[in-house]
Amino acid sequence: MSVDLINLANVTISGVLTGLVYGLMALGLSVIFGVARVINFAHGEMMIISMYVASLLFEWFGINPFFAMVPVAVLFFYLGYFLQSKVIQPFITRPDHTQFMLLLAIAMIMTHSTLIVFGPDARTVSLDFLLESIELGPLLIDRGKLYAALVSFSAAVALFSFFRFTFTGTAIRACADNWLGAKITGLNIRKLYAIAFGLGSGCVAVAGCMLILLVDFTPALGPPYTLLAFIIVIVGGLGSMTGALLGGMLIGVTEALAGLWITPSAKSMFSFALMIAVLLVRPRGLLGNKL
Amino acid sequence: VNRRAGSLLAILGALLLVLPILVDNYILSIAILFLFFAFTGQAWNILMGFAGQLSLGHSLYLGIGAYTAAALFSHFGIGPWAGLWLSMALSTFSGLIIGLLAFRFGIGGVYFALLTIACAEFTRIGFDHFNWLGGSGGLFLKVVQRDEIDLWNLRGTPTMFYYIILALDGGMFLLCARLLHSRAGFYWQAIRENEEAAQALGINTFRWKLLAIVISAAMTALAGVFQAFYYNNLFPEQVFNIARSIEIILAPVIGGVGTLFGPILGAAVLTLLGEVATELVTTLGWDIPGVKQLIYGITLLFIIVFLPHGIWPRLAAKLKVSQ
Repeated sequence: MSVDLINLANVTISGVLTGLVYGLMALGLSVIFGVARVINFAHGEMMIISMYVASLLFEWFGINPFFAMVPVAVLFFYLGYFLQSKVIQPFITRPDHTQFMLLLAIAMIMTHSTLIVFGPDARTVSLDFLLESIELGPLLIDRGKLYAALVSFSAAVALFSFFRFTFTGTAIRACADNWLGAKITGLNIRKLYAIAFGLGSGCVAVAGCMLILLVDFTPALGPPYTLLAFIIVIVGGLGSMTGALLGGMLIGVTEALAGLWITPSAKSMFSFALMIAVLLVRPRGLLGNKL
Repeated sequence: VNRRAGSLLAILGALLLVLPILVDNYILSIAILFLFFAFTGQAWNILMGFAGQLSLGHSLYLGIGAYTAAALFSHFGIGPWAGLWLSMALSTFSGLIIGLLAFRFGIGGVYFALLTIACAEFTRIGFDHFNWLGGSGGLFLKVVQRDEIDLWNLRGTPTMFYYIILALDGGMFLLCARLLHSRAGFYWQAIRENEEAAQALGINTFRWKLLAIVISAAMTALAGVFQAFYYNNLFPEQVFNIARSIEIILAPVIGGVGTLFGPILGAAVLTLLGEVATELVTTLGWDIPGVKQLIYGITLLFIIVFLPHGIWPRLAAKLKVSQ
C-alpha cells in the first residue's frame, strides 16, 4: 500500500473511533428527544461539566476516567432526573420557542458557572498507558481512541438492552410511541420522562469521561458540542438509537477527512452541509422513523 | 390601539426623541443598543411571532446585510444608502432559498429551527475562509473623525446613529402594526395557530410563509447595514455566530412573542439587565469572567419560568391597554 492510502486508512479509523464517542453523546440527545420531545439545547454544556468532574476526580484522587465514569454517570442520571422533573416538566406542552429559551438559560448558567469555577484555560487529561499506539500491520491505532470507542459502544449496547429487555425500558418506549395511550394504561409518565432524561444525561456523562482522553476542553466548548450533537442526530435520525451511533461515526469520518484534505478549521462546514442535505432530502434522518 | 395605548406611545416617543439632549454618550450608546435589538426583535417577530416559524439563524440575514454594505463601501466606495438595497436583496435571496427549500419539503417546527442554525453556521465558517472579505481576521471600515456628520456615508456622531436607529424602529413599528392587521397578518396568524386548518380554508400556506421569511430577512439586513457602519468592524465569529441569533430572539421572547410592543419592551429589559449586571459586578468587585452572564442567565430562567408568554401580555393587562 502506498503511504497516502495508509494515511487515509489511519485517518478514517481514527474518525470512526472518535465518531463512536460522539455517537454516544448524540445518543443521549436522541433518547431525551425521542421520549420527552424536549430538545436539549444544554446538551454540550452538560457534557463539558461531566468532563470537568471527571478531570477533577483524576487530579485529586487519581481515579482514571475508565473507572470515574461510573460515579459520574450516576451523578448525571440524578441531575437529569431532577432537571426534567422539577424544571422542564411544566414546559413539555408549551411552544418550542419557550422550551428553547428555558434550556438556553440553563445552558448559559452551566457554561458560566463552569467558567467562574475553572477559568477559561484549556485542560487535558493524559494517561501514560494510552500513549503508545497499537500497530496492526501498516496501520497505527491510537490506544486511547480505541478504548474510548469500545466503552462508548458498550454503553450504547447496555442502553439499547435496557430499552429492549426491561419493564421500565419498555414502558419508556411506550411513552415515546403514544403518551396518551401509555397514560391510560396507568404508567407514570412524569417519572418515565424524568428517567429518560436521566439516561440521556448519563450517556452524555460517559461520553464526556471518554472524550477528555482525546481532546482538550474549555468551558466555551459547550455550544459547539451541542451543535455537533444536533448534526449527528439529524443525520442519523432524531429519536433513533442506532441512527445516533451511525451518525456519530459518519460525522467523525467526515471531520477527519475534511481535516486531512482541506483545512481543519473548515471541517465542521462539511458536517453542517451534510446536515442541511439530510434535512432537505430525508428529514427523518438515515435511520429515523417516518415523521 | 385604544386611547390609553396611544397616549402611552406618544409619551414614550417624545421621551426617545429628546433623549440625546438629556444624557451623555455612554447612556446614548446603551440606548442605541436597546433600539438595535428592538429592531432586530421586531424583524424576527414577523417570522416567528406572526407566522409561527421558529428561526434560530437570523444572524445569517444580519451578517449578509452587514457584509454586503461594508464590502461595497470598502472595496468600491459605494455608500450605504445605495448599498443597503443590495444588502436587502441578497439577504432576501438567502431567506428565499431557505424558505423555498424548507417549506417546499414540509420542514417545520424544530426541524426548521435546526435548518436555520445549520445555514447560519455553514455561512459563518464559509466567511471565515472568504479572504476578499477579510476572512476570520475581520473586515474593517475606515474610521473618520467622529465629530462631523456625514449622513451620506453614515460617518458621524453617536447622536446621528441614535436618530437613524430610532427612525428605523419607528418605521418598523408602523410596518409591523400595518402587517398584523393586513390580509397577510391574518393569514399568518391562522398558519401560526393551526397550519392544517389554514390550508383547509384555502390559504396557500407555502406562499404566505415565504412572504414572512422574505420580509423578516430584508428587515434584518437593514439592521446589519446599521451594525456595519456603527461598529466599523465585522468578524464572522461574531456576526454570524449562533450567539448573535440568540441575542436577536431574546428580546421578543422575553417581551412577548407575536405582540407589537413585546420586542421593544424585551429589548429594554434585556439592555437594562445587562447594564445592571455589569454595574453590580464592578461594585461588588466580582470581576471574574462569567459572573455577568451567570446573573443574566439566572434572570432569564426566572422570567421564562414565571412569565412563559413574556412580560408584555401581563403588563398590558395591568395597564389596561390592548396588546
